Amino acid sequence: MTALDEIKIGGLGASRKRVEDNRFIRGKGNYTDDIVLPGMLHMEILRSPLAHARIVSIDTSKAWQIPGVHLVLTGEMMATRNLAWMPTLSYDTQAVLATDKVRFQGQEVACVIADDPYIAKDACEAIDVEYEPLPAIVNPEQAVAEGAPVIRDDKENQADNVIYHWEVGDAGGTERAFAQADKVSRLKLHYPRSHPSPIECCGSIADFNRATSKLTVYMTTQAPHIIRAAVALVAELPEHMIRIVSPDIGGGFGNKVPVYPGYVCSILASILLERPVKWIEDKSGNLISTGFARDIYLDGEVAMRKDGKILAVRMHCDADHGAFFSDAQPSKFKIGLLHSAFASYDIPVGHITARGTYSNKAPGGVAYRCSFRVTEAMFFQERMIQAAAHDLGMDQAEFRRINFVRDDQFPYRTPFGFLTDSGQYAKCLDIGLNAVGYTDFLKQRAEARARGRRLGIGISTMTEPLGAGNSREYDILGIKMFDSADLKVHMTGKAIVRTGARTQGQGHETTWAQIVAHELGIPAEDITVEEGDTDTAPFGMGTYASRSTPVAGAAVAMVSRKIRAKARKLAAHLLEVSEEDVEWELGRFYVRSAPDRGVTIQECAMAAYSNMPDGMEPGLENTAYYDPPNLTWPFAVYIVTVEVDPETGVWDVLNMVAVDDCGVRINPMIVEGQIMGGLTEAYAMSSMQFITFDADGNCVGSNYMDYLLPTAWETPGYELHSEVVTPSPHHPIGAKGIGECAAVGGPAAFVNAVMDAIDDTGVRNIDMPLLPDRVWEALTKRHDVSGAPPVRSD
Amino acid sequence: MTSTVYDDRDGQEATGVPMRRIKFTINGDKKVAEVEPRLLLAHLIRQGLSLTGTHMGCDTTNCGACTVLVDGRAVKSCTMLAVQADGHEITTVEGMASASELHPLQEGFKEEHGLQCGFCTPGMMLSAKALLDANPDPTEEDVRWALSGNLCRCTGYQNIVKSVLWAAAKLRAQAPAGEAALADEPAPEPEA
Amino acid sequence: MYPSRFRYEAPQSLDEAIGLLHEAGDDAKVLAGGQSLVPLMKLRFASPELIVDINNIGGLAYHRADADGTLRIGALCRHVDLERSHLLRSSQPTMAGAAPLIADPIVRNRGTLVGSLCHADPQGDWASVVTALGGTVIAQGPSGRRAIAVTDFVTGPFENTLQPDEIAVEAVIPAAQGTRSGGYLKLERRVGDFATVGVAVALETSGGNVARAGIALTGVGGTTIAATAAAAALTGKPLTAESIAEAAELAAQAAQPRTDHRGSAEYKRHMVHTFVTRLLSRGSEPAERAA
Repeated sequence: MTALDEIKIGGLGASRKRVEDNRFIRGKGNYTDDIVLPGMLHMEILRSPLAHARIVSIDTSKAWQIPGVHLVLTGEMMATRNLAWMPTLSYDTQAVLATDKVRFQGQEVACVIADDPYIAKDACEAIDVEYEPLPAIVNPEQAVAEGAPVIRDDKENQADNVIYHWEVGDAGGTERAFAQADKVSRLKLHYPRSHPSPIECCGSIADFNRATSKLTVYMTTQAPHIIRAAVALVAELPEHMIRIVSPDIGGGFGNKVPVYPGYVCSILASILLERPVKWIEDKSGNLISTGFARDIYLDGEVAMRKDGKILAVRMHCDADHGAFFSDAQPSKFKIGLLHSAFASYDIPVGHITARGTYSNKAPGGVAYRCSFRVTEAMFFQERMIQAAAHDLGMDQAEFRRINFVRDDQFPYRTPFGFLTDSGQYAKCLDIGLNAVGYTDFLKQRAEARARGRRLGIGISTMTEPLGAGNSREYDILGIKMFDSADLKVHMTGKAIVRTGARTQGQGHETTWAQIVAHELGIPAEDITVEEGDTDTAPFGMGTYASRSTPVAGAAVAMVSRKIRAKARKLAAHLLEVSEEDVEWELGRFYVRSAPDRGVTIQECAMAAYSNMPDGMEPGLENTAYYDPPNLTWPFAVYIVTVEVDPETGVWDVLNMVAVDDCGVRINPMIVEGQIMGGLTEAYAMSSMQFITFDADGNCVGSNYMDYLLPTAWETPGYELHSEVVTPSPHHPIGAKGIGECAAVGGPAAFVNAVMDAIDDTGVRNIDMPLLPDRVWEALTKRHDVSGAPPVRSD
Repeated sequence: MTSTVYDDRDGQEATGVPMRRIKFTINGDKKVAEVEPRLLLAHLIRQGLSLTGTHMGCDTTNCGACTVLVDGRAVKSCTMLAVQADGHEITTVEGMASASELHPLQEGFKEEHGLQCGFCTPGMMLSAKALLDANPDPTEEDVRWALSGNLCRCTGYQNIVKSVLWAAAKLRAQAPAGEAALADEPAPEPEA
Repeated sequence: MYPSRFRYEAPQSLDEAIGLLHEAGDDAKVLAGGQSLVPLMKLRFASPELIVDINNIGGLAYHRADADGTLRIGALCRHVDLERSHLLRSSQPTMAGAAPLIADPIVRNRGTLVGSLCHADPQGDWASVVTALGGTVIAQGPSGRRAIAVTDFVTGPFENTLQPDEIAVEAVIPAAQGTRSGGYLKLERRVGDFATVGVAVALETSGGNVARAGIALTGVGGTTIAATAAAAALTGKPLTAESIAEAAELAAQAAQPRTDHRGSAEYKRHMVHTFVTRLLSRGSEPAERAA
């Protein structure tokens, strides 16, 4: 009996081709908009053209007259059912349909349900809304200014526009450390508002069946169980009568975590009309109203010794949350995991303060390819580190090396309370520097500079806390952030695994089977993976913040081990030896003293249904709930080289190297795909992608003509390195999260490269995106360039 | 048998929307349809023909998720009226594979991990098909250029490019010698 | 996402099309490539009562040179036809430079040059190219054909001087008075982006002197800008560093940019200067994206 080849059966480490591709390449995916139900109606939303205005009147009479219109919903009608407002995932409230005021441009004012979406759109146009405009607030400075209009005058006890103050760290200790510093470096910047913008917009089909009292909702959600709970609370329906189905999702990136008014309206409409109601958002609706990300002002300082050792760090963050505080994030941490900042470095003490404010902009603050504001944290960390190295006149790579958390310091407690548990930071950096030819490039850069050409190199590192929770610290609305897996092994040894996560392109259908294959030796091709249906999937918190592999993936491993434990008993029974005498190798139990005598996992499965020992419960099925002991802590180094055209401000990427240590890679092909996707979003954010607002609160960037995603033409090529593997010490298969790392750590690499190319100008910062005009302005005017709203105009 | 039923609105005229009859070919099948002039081709394909592999991603003719071939040329089907399909030949993703065999592009996208969420994939493959039909031996630059009207949010394009080159190589290997003549002069590329 | 209702006609002849437009008055729109009109209709920024689709009219898809070198581009000649044209590559460097920079490859498969001129978007690339080349638009109406210089044709943002019952059937580029050089440079942030700044330069050189020069600017004013003073500074003499500098300066002065999210007015003006300098200094090198 030769042992199974794990790679051949599609186990851990196999670059197995994706199972889900079989339908996608044939155009046979099943996205929300592909679903057609009998009698289905279509809903369209009327949105506010103004950012801040009192609603004087809404006249829907003409809309009702249009043939084919079945229902026109307004805030007033929602209010009679107590649905004009809904709770957010951050203990705030959010308007479903506006009643008193509109608070951002694009806010939902009314919706029409009609035979087809064309008619629904016609009817939306026929609705007359009279507005009384109010002054708009588009940044935190305006929000807290004397005499600023109070945006949330709907809330009792809300006399201003401040949502929260939050702090972490040791203010006194930090103060003392700064007093002893040889050098203090400071950096201020704005991380602009960005939108996850999956190509597929949000949508839902609500189907309420009066006969059974059951509500089924097909919808674009990354977290179906959370939605089920939210619907139960908002619509006051019994939870067992709600079935949320998340079909194929055309990308999520955090955009499809929150609960949106469109979902709620489609549900109410279906209940009222007793027919299925489909709502498919258009791109403008998606960009103008759904969960944005970032929009944060960061101001920080590091205290250093002459030799480059960092003594302390402090920073203040002003977060602009838009009109409603509707972030989806662990409730304990008002500004997400921003306090992961500087986690890559050994810094004794630090202090962070944060303030959240309202503005007349769409609500959000979602984790866009990011574990709850880690992107902002790591961006600031790496921009600050580069500025500090420059201020000290020290090589930026050397400065990082001096201050990294060393391999022998793990587990390492950061000044803000995280316990980073593993990594080989210096090794990753060395590999990256070697790959990019650091020393040679510096020479080339100097020579080019002498000839008037501007080359630059940017380094970024990142340590990302991935896989919330543990449940002691992490919850959303009190629901603990664990996850789950359910595994059923059929009698022929085939199996189905279900989890509470929801894939949106990450390839769970492929990789979860690989984990089972690794644990049980059942070939991956014999395992079906299913997610997204709350009637069949075990409870889970969903897929975002790179938590699938760290939490749901761990649950898959754990449930496989439960199955193996039972199979061992079955094997002992079949082999007629005691359980203690049975040994396991991949896919097979054997008698320790007689290795040739064995039974396969498939034979055990058959026995579970046909030949179990007396007193044993039949079947080979189980469920595991996994509450991680800690986050997982991937680390990465990203290095970019650029050339800036001083005449135009246009910059081109010459080379990009990525060194990712995400622990054990379940499917290296998929991991690399995730990294390249993340790098591209990093490139997008640094070069072109942003949403801004004018002084009246009009959104600039509410369609793909202004909100620019890079194409294949501009996107640079990437060189990926996977040599460093530091397994997570607590994850059952040693894996760490990876989906977001490159999007988190990447932006600073691009920006640092451009800043390095103009390091003789005295300019400390250009806000992203580094549009050519901003770079040109910095170069020619020798001053920092802010991108904060309101957008500049004549 | 089809029928259209309207609500009886006591004396109000029935909608009376003028419809137009069009004839077209889709994936080799000849069809006749009655369409309202304002119907977009993408909606005819998705709803009228239930070919949901053609996706809708944006309102402004940018994303290319709805790309189909009209008489062999890549077209954004959200920016063409269904009535304009009259007399034309349309290919969607559902028409790429034969009953038994995938198109090499479909294989290539799977082999080289050229897709993640799959939403842009049909449009991306059809743009690539138009390229390979005209230029069987493209460079990486040719591919990046030809696909620059299609947005992908997941992959970062590197694997998409590899997928297309994989398919090109396979198609060339399959083609009998001498049959790789250019159907159309490939477009020149501006410098990077 | 969903256009308003409209009547739709797809005539087989120009006369029939013109008759339909004549009857409809102001509320009709001609549909050629549709790559600007259909998006506007989907967003309901345009809601015409009648659409006259000219795609079924034969004999409009051409681009060809007359014996004297005059270039004629029919109303259904698609961008892609120009992008792949040997004729343009061998004889029209400014047009050949611009063709690959129009929108994106898929849009180029359907959109038309003549339609782009009619659309008169201040950020439209073709209007600058045709302006720099001194082109005209041939309009056909109930009383026959007339030629309109493109500078008189494009009058404002999204405004042209066609009568409601006229169809732009052809764009005409006059024959060169010497050897052509020039090009088109466009600052765009990614493929398919509108021009932050675009510059078209068209030179005709004979006997060492510039016989004719045209310079036109995209995206730096309420409409396409013909930088006539800049062009005049080049004419009748050899191209020198001094004349290039003067032309660049005058072109920058002719620009009327506004500060917006694409860049400051000062930057855009500077980019006009830079692009004019680069185009004139490089002669007839091929165009580039993003400078």
